[in-house]
Amino acid sequence: MLLQFVFSGCTLGAAYILAALGFSMIYNASGVINLAQGEFIMIGGMSAAALSALGIALPMAIVAGVVIAALIGAAVERLAIAPTRKADTTSIIIITISVSMVLRGLTEIILGKENHSLPPFSGDQPIDFQGASILPQSLWVFALSAIIVVALAFFFGKTRFGKSMLATSHNRLAAQLVGVDVRKVMMSSFALSAAIGAVGGVALAPITTVAYDTGVMLGLKGFVAATLGGLGSGLGAVFGGLFLGLCEAFTAGYISSSYKDAVPFVLVFLVLTLRPQGIFGVKSADRV
Amino acid sequence: MSQLVSSTDIREWSGAPRMKGLTALGAVILLLPLVLPNAFYYDVVIRIAVNAIIAIGLNLLIGYTGQISLGHAGFLGIGAYGSAILTSRYGISSLPALCVTAAAVALLAWIVARPILRLKGHSLAMATLGLGIIVSIVLTNEAQLTGGPDGLSVDGFAIGRVAISGEKNWYWIFSAVLFLSVVLAQNLIDSPAGRAIQALHGSEIAASVVGVDVKSYKTSIFVLSAVFTSIVGSLYGHYSGFINPGVANFATSVELVTIVVVGGMASIWGSVIGAVLLGVLPQLLAGHEGWDTVIFGLVLGLSIIFMPRGIVPTLQGWFRERAR
Amino acid sequence: MRRSFFSVLVAGLAALASPVRAADAPPVKIGAVLSLTGGAATLGDPALKTLQLYVDKLNGQGGLLGRKLELVAYDDGTEPAKANGFAKRLIDDDKVDVFIGGSTTGSTMAMWPAAEKADMPFISLGGGLVIVDPVKKGLFKVSHNDRMIAEKALMDMQKRGIKAIGLISETSGYGQSGRKETLALAPKYGVEVVVDETYASKDTDVTAQLTKVKANPKAEAIFVFGFGQGAMIVTKNIAQIGLKLPHYEATGSASEDYIKLTGAASEGVRLPSPAMLVATQLPDADPQKKVSVEYTTDFAERYKSDASTFGAYARDAFFLWVDAVKRAGSFDKEKVRDALEHTKGLVGTCGVINMSPQDHLGLDISAFKMVEVKNGAWTLSQ
Repeated sequence: MLLQFVFSGCTLGAAYILAALGFSMIYNASGVINLAQGEFIMIGGMSAAALSALGIALPMAIVAGVVIAALIGAAVERLAIAPTRKADTTSIIIITISVSMVLRGLTEIILGKENHSLPPFSGDQPIDFQGASILPQSLWVFALSAIIVVALAFFFGKTRFGKSMLATSHNRLAAQLVGVDVRKVMMSSFALSAAIGAVGGVALAPITTVAYDTGVMLGLKGFVAATLGGLGSGLGAVFGGLFLGLCEAFTAGYISSSYKDAVPFVLVFLVLTLRPQGIFGVKSADRV
Repeated sequence: MSQLVSSTDIREWSGAPRMKGLTALGAVILLLPLVLPNAFYYDVVIRIAVNAIIAIGLNLLIGYTGQISLGHAGFLGIGAYGSAILTSRYGISSLPALCVTAAAVALLAWIVARPILRLKGHSLAMATLGLGIIVSIVLTNEAQLTGGPDGLSVDGFAIGRVAISGEKNWYWIFSAVLFLSVVLAQNLIDSPAGRAIQALHGSEIAASVVGVDVKSYKTSIFVLSAVFTSIVGSLYGHYSGFINPGVANFATSVELVTIVVVGGMASIWGSVIGAVLLGVLPQLLAGHEGWDTVIFGLVLGLSIIFMPRGIVPTLQGWFRERAR
Repeated sequence: MRRSFFSVLVAGLAALASPVRAADAPPVKIGAVLSLTGGAATLGDPALKTLQLYVDKLNGQGGLLGRKLELVAYDDGTEPAKANGFAKRLIDDDKVDVFIGGSTTGSTMAMWPAAEKADMPFISLGGGLVIVDPVKKGLFKVSHNDRMIAEKALMDMQKRGIKAIGLISETSGYGQSGRKETLALAPKYGVEVVVDETYASKDTDVTAQLTKVKANPKAEAIFVFGFGQGAMIVTKNIAQIGLKLPHYEATGSASEDYIKLTGAASEGVRLPSPAMLVATQLPDADPQKKVSVEYTTDFAERYKSDASTFGAYARDAFFLWVDAVKRAGSFDKEKVRDALEHTKGLVGTCGVINMSPQDHLGLDISAFKMVEVKNGAWTLSQ
């Protein structure tokens, strides 16, 4: 029984990790908390499913879905985030919430309200191990997250563009002065984050099905997971997501399934009051 | 934060226009019944008043002290359910029930404020968001007490022996509470406490250096805004006759913050105008299936992009420019 | 003189006696508050389409009692507080003559205080028992309520010798009231609920809860009370962890989408359903067959997609009202309400409706059919 709870937690966690990575990515690049991240995940899954239903071959549909999400991410940055760069945290959060409403509403109008699914990458025969089972698709989600984390670490640490992205988030003016095209950086960060989300959406769709409102809860919990692990840290996102998933599964298993949804928020409350920067985050100091 | 709201603005907003604004509000309240055609319109106005009162309290928190709260609907839910349960289940009469609930909310807010208000920015947003959702989950799950996800019927309201019922009578109650809230908030801003709070907003560190007890002011405002919300929540429960856990959910919290931000942070009149806008807009959009979410989101986003300080402060700025 | 007076009199009487032409009289308004967005969107959307379908159809046939019908519909976004507001708008501003809707029990109960004050006949599409128990003067419902769903499933379990079950219910109003009814009725059918877990409609994985059922040696069957996407995930997870017990679902999963999105995992699932789902398999003598087949054909013709049970409830509500209006001979709210209460022998997709002052649902449990997923399709089961 315990092992099944662990597997269950891993499946839940895998979804949260992907959402958290997107949050961390954008936060790293621009300091923005993008509450529309869940919608990027949803758009990836929905576009791929819609294109696939139209008869386009699955791999093509997936790629197209990710590209569409990336384009939308860039558009969001240009249209909604860039003009309000100087606004304070509260306003920016509201703007991203309004973006999520627009994206959700448009998806509902264009693609309808029903659930859609995608075929799993490698079949849906569950893998049994010591009396517990896990879907191969869940392992795929993990594998993808791992690849993304490694890729992001390489990107931010070793590539010029990635480093310029980090530089922009730390000090925009200084970055501009050394020749970084901050506009391009900002746009790319959103596009990249949307693409990451979309990949997640496509990987999750076979497990959970997608609908126009799939992004809401996922985005929220991704935000929680990212905060738990420390915003801006790739490793933190992975840890936060996994930790969250496991806590939920164990609460459902051992305590009460009705209250398992309260777990993320109780956890985040505790972490924020005891260690505000998250488990892996870096303590930031405000300049007076 | 400091780039958004200058201290000059705050001083000017809370100064001379005060009496003019109050007279205007009073006039509108008295004259509105002459133009409202039927009970439905009264209902819309009442909902606007409810949102405005909560927004005024929330604005004190977000606009003046600079603390964001994405979970205020939780206090709304506790207010509504607390009063409803005390009256329906325990037979306590409505006015005392409202007061008891408000006191309980004040206590809860005070306990929660201490750890939370050390946080800033998105951490505070997350913590308050979490609290709101936890309240919403408890309300949904404790079905024995709260009627569960399908909600709870609420008895009518009575002041002493006088029962209040019907949209027209409730209109006067809510208008009175709104008027009082504006007066209270304005008095607060103009008082020494108010100046301390505004100093806080500019820079907490600077404020504490000059001797402002930052922690206790932040806590007091947090508790005050929670109590505003609870009182209005209780009244609203009795008015509508039926409540469900949705009243405490994240979407409601977002709506409240939206009113504050779009109307104008650190602007009491902004909260009123914001409430009007966000009360009327859904009614105009109703029936345009599917598009209402999109349009609502667009209105919200565009108003923040083009009027980042909010509607009322931006308009006041224009008029001041013109006056020069 | 007398003659011309007489002829004027005759002409006047003739004019009075002839039916008012539809173009002259204002349309009769049907007020509908449905959940077109939010958690219950899968309930509200087909209901709206169905109402539009039949309003248009009836108008094309000349209207009702010579007057055209107009549908005024609002979306409550699955938020009862909004439904409450729209109820008032429909009553005071749009001045409708009947309420059809409240896709959920929550919305229905939120709309009821306003409807009651206005003496508005109100046909609800919600599923909760509380809508008609205790009976409220103007409030009626058309779908089998959660008690009947639980009862039908439990009857079937008793018939198959099942003595203990694991219950997994959704945290929504639908799931929780279903859970309450199941727990209350189970002893009557000799069934013990040995595992009682919940899941949220947006959960991505419920294997933790299901594992508890699997690990409990006493559980002989599993009963999932939920609807839509949530129930689909539960179904897939049941197959995933290899839980091979008899699997019952609630009526909320009675849709083609359920089979489509769960695939092989739904094979063998049993649930109580309105006859509509298996309309073509009913014996010709069954009165529900004709209306059910007609409905699915009408819907498919206009919307090019499968009809769902939630749309069928709206159809029944509409024709329930139409029938009452015809018997009352008027649109007057009081008369229509009385006529609704005395509906007898009206065949709907959910069954034959026989209302009374004590029974504002009018359906008995025999109209509910037990269906099973066999070879990827819904089949009538005995």
